[in-house]
Amino acid sequence: MKDIKRRIKFNKFWNYVFLITGLLSTLVGLALLFTLMTDLFLDGSQRLSYKFLTSFPSRFPEEAGILSAWVGTFLLMIVTAFAAIPLGVAAGIYLEEYAKKNWLTDIIEINIANLAGVPSIIYGLLALGLFVYFFKFGESILTGGLALALLILPMVIMATREAIRAIPNSIREASYALGATKWQTVQWHIIPYSMGGILTGIIIGLSRAIGETAPIITVGALTFIAFLPSPPISSEFPFFSFKWLLDPFTVMPIQIFNWISRPQQEFHINAAAAGIVLLIMTLMMNAAAIYIRYRFRKRIKW
Amino acid sequence: MPKENTISERLKAEVKNLNFYYGDAHSLKNINLPVARREVTALIGPSGCGKTTFLRCFNRMHDLYPHNRYEGEIIIYPEKLNIISPSVDPIEIRMQISMVFQKPNPFPKSIYENVAYGLRVRGVNKKSMLDDIVEKSLRGSALWDEVKDRLNTSAFDLSGGQQQRLCIARALATDPRILLFDEPTSALDPTATSKIEELIIELKNEVTIIIVTHNMQQAARVSDFTAFMYLGEIIEFDKTYKIFTAPSNKLTDEYITGRFG
Repeated sequence: MKDIKRRIKFNKFWNYVFLITGLLSTLVGLALLFTLMTDLFLDGSQRLSYKFLTSFPSRFPEEAGILSAWVGTFLLMIVTAFAAIPLGVAAGIYLEEYAKKNWLTDIIEINIANLAGVPSIIYGLLALGLFVYFFKFGESILTGGLALALLILPMVIMATREAIRAIPNSIREASYALGATKWQTVQWHIIPYSMGGILTGIIIGLSRAIGETAPIITVGALTFIAFLPSPPISSEFPFFSFKWLLDPFTVMPIQIFNWISRPQQEFHINAAAAGIVLLIMTLMMNAAAIYIRYRFRKRIKW
Repeated sequence: MPKENTISERLKAEVKNLNFYYGDAHSLKNINLPVARREVTALIGPSGCGKTTFLRCFNRMHDLYPHNRYEGEIIIYPEKLNIISPSVDPIEIRMQISMVFQKPNPFPKSIYENVAYGLRVRGVNKKSMLDDIVEKSLRGSALWDEVKDRLNTSAFDLSGGQQQRLCIARALATDPRILLFDEPTSALDPTATSKIEELIIELKNEVTIIIVTHNMQQAARVSDFTAFMYLGEIIEFDKTYKIFTAPSNKLTDEYITGRFG
């Protein structure tokens, strides 16, 4: 009996050791993140103002703002979303519901998983050759958006597939047993039930894309622009235009990098302030993803 | 096999020399079975005897998965159509033969939408028509009074027994010619079970029913004809009272009396 008691004490001790180790590891991660964010806030919060958000960059740090940068980021995200979402979701649905499970499908799956790990600069090079030179889209928002769309495409596809896989087969059988075709089942059941997971995947993909700088630099985003892309809505005919797609642009990460590279300390404050704005944009997107996932999970209980 | 005049001359379906293969495995061997019109035919037998496999041939569920192969015929009357012929569209068959599954599987939608789905698939979208058929089906599965005030609430809020009755309503909404039950009460408590058994006895006045059941007493309670299956073959088929009181085959007798199973 004494042996058993000793053995139990021994096991419990190591259990406790691991508990403490795990807790400390988590705390270290959180502490670092917290320190980083506090540092950023302390440095940059003084520059945050309406003026900062609505001014163009300038030689004078107090005048310099992020208007062109965040408009560029915003428009870029729109193009990325419009390109990546339909392609990614459709591909995910095809791979899960339509494709026969043979060696060809396996190869496709492996390749998509690999693509998720390709360095982003490679996507930049691809976009440069394909979109800038071959399709002649130029160094524009369209090119940047498509480059980022390719970057996050594997993520959207995988998130879609995971969401679809979570749907129990009994639901599919119930649908087919009532005489539905595959498309009817996908339209009425598969897509609605996997929406939560798909949207979460999309938002996570976009919040990754928002911070990707390498491909954007490669396709030629400018660093200092004091103008906005053409407005989509104008007061003359035609009232709606797509010209902004082909305009030059800049994005938040590039602006931040540009300011931090300058010797003047004041510009570093600007960089910190822009960093805060970018962080807030990312956190808001993540919060939206969590909220959407929560809402969908409530509605659908397997 | 009994002679022709012991079964109603009016058959809904007839299975002739059905063989079924899961890949290389020969799951169903030379099945021959008459299915009487507007009667309940039960399939009983120990686990793995092939009764569910056999049931799922009737609505071509095996077509959904690869490496499955049918041989032989299942003839539907009065058209004399072989429903497992490769030239027949499985979707056409599933539109006329409905199934209720072992574990209740309502859609994560409202009660109304669950029952209406089969109709929407057929292009029926007019609200008045849907309302009528939804009510009729829910009455037909003895669920209407319990849910009529909450048709737009989630089907998942119902109890297990209610969910299964909802699945029955969903299967009835499309006015099927044959209704297939795959162990419909094995996941339910005794009260829900007896409600569903009562339902089945009532439903047979409208529709032909084939039921797979693990529970011999249930087969004895609800069915008119019973087929005993073992290792992919039909060992004996006869009127229910005869199978359970005086079976002709020794194996049937041993199963009935619980010597194996």
